[in-house]
Amino acid sequence: MIVIVDYGMGNLGSIANMLKQVGAPAIISADPQVITGAERLILAGVGAFDAGMERLHNLGLIPTLERMVLEQEIPFLGICLGMQLLGRRSEEGQRPGLGWLEADTVRFDFGANPARLRIPHMGWNELQPRTSHPLLQDLGEEPRFYFVHSFYVRCDRREDVLAQTEYGLWFDAVVGRGNLLGTQFHPEKSHRYGKKVLQNFVEWRP
Amino acid sequence: MILPRVIPTLLLRNTGLVKTVRFKDPVYVGDPRNAVKIFNEREVDELLLLDIQSTPRKSPIQFDLIREIVTEAFMPIGYGGGITDAEQARQLVKLGIEKVVLGTAAAQNPGLVSDLSRFVGASSTMVCLDYKRNFWGKKEVMIGGGREGTGRDPLEFALEMEKRGAGELILNCVDRDGSMQGYDIDLLAVISSHLDIPVIACGGAGRLPDFRAAVDAGASAAAAGSFFVFHGRHRAVLINYPSRAELRATFLGEA
Repeated sequence: MIVIVDYGMGNLGSIANMLKQVGAPAIISADPQVITGAERLILAGVGAFDAGMERLHNLGLIPTLERMVLEQEIPFLGICLGMQLLGRRSEEGQRPGLGWLEADTVRFDFGANPARLRIPHMGWNELQPRTSHPLLQDLGEEPRFYFVHSFYVRCDRREDVLAQTEYGLWFDAVVGRGNLLGTQFHPEKSHRYGKKVLQNFVEWRP
Repeated sequence: MILPRVIPTLLLRNTGLVKTVRFKDPVYVGDPRNAVKIFNEREVDELLLLDIQSTPRKSPIQFDLIREIVTEAFMPIGYGGGITDAEQARQLVKLGIEKVVLGTAAAQNPGLVSDLSRFVGASSTMVCLDYKRNFWGKKEVMIGGGREGTGRDPLEFALEMEKRGAGELILNCVDRDGSMQGYDIDLLAVISSHLDIPVIACGGAGRLPDFRAAVDAGASAAAAGSFFVFHGRHRAVLINYPSRAELRATFLGEA
């Protein structure tokens, strides 16, 4: 069973809806016992970095997540804020992140030029794969994905970057190492392209 | 490469979809579930679903219908109509609504914009600014489905909404609604140059170059109603959405 970690950060129903479409029903739960029984985990969510870490902490979920992801090494997908939380820290807040990846989250900054790009980066954009990975296979022609974020992840290790996207600069849009994966975009809002990504995740054997 | 978003705006009246002209004379254009299904198949960038009766008639938000609509649609959907508190917004987001739209409520109770921004996040908090030219020829913010003037200047109102935490602003010209004569480019240029948040042009689009003109004037996205539901001179109802290639040519080709 796939468990979508319910830590009170944003809409998780759409992810469950899309997983159902790919024939992989999921449970949305904040119960450590349910999470302990998961075969795969998804940590999604939108909102502020500190609020996200605080919720995970207050719900007492961090030890359970670490046991499942770092020790038992079950497949894990972080989406949007859920991907940013994988890193050490974020310019958005003060709290440390989960620290599972050597990565930091930084703010888009295009200065005060009146022709600058607007923040957040909101809308449909493309991926430039940096390596081949099962998550990004067979996405069809001209795949595009829905993004909405003001901060982006920067990995220390280039080998952790699976794909990048350009918005004023190239940022790390899909990251992964071992059983860990993260997407900055929202697969659950990205039509058949996102559906394929979730299906790939469901079928993935790290 | 990011293309500006092109957003069909669907007006809900009871359980059907309608299209208006200058916010009046609603014409039935179909069943919302069916329409959203077609837009989903066409892989639209985003949808706006506005219940035009919830606020003026104080009818309740149709949560069940909204749930049915969003469960099988895999793109961002904004919903507006009848929202008066943050709890309703949270419920909508839980159903799968990506963006919550405030119109009349934002003007009457601006604190609600801040509440929503805090509860569901700024990027999920949209304000829809309806405006029209009043008796003295001044553009004025309207509420209650375009019927009631507020005496407020659109730019001043837009700046307040941004300050209060709105993540996006829909600039909706009542006078051009359903006209298919093009957007009100002048005000669009003024407002988008003063705001840091994305501005969505709405009201008047009739041809693809209208979308381009809105973006060239500073809009981050272009919304339209008639353009996506009517076809030909006789305004036959036909749901349509431009192909990726058409949109690319519209935004990246020679203006």
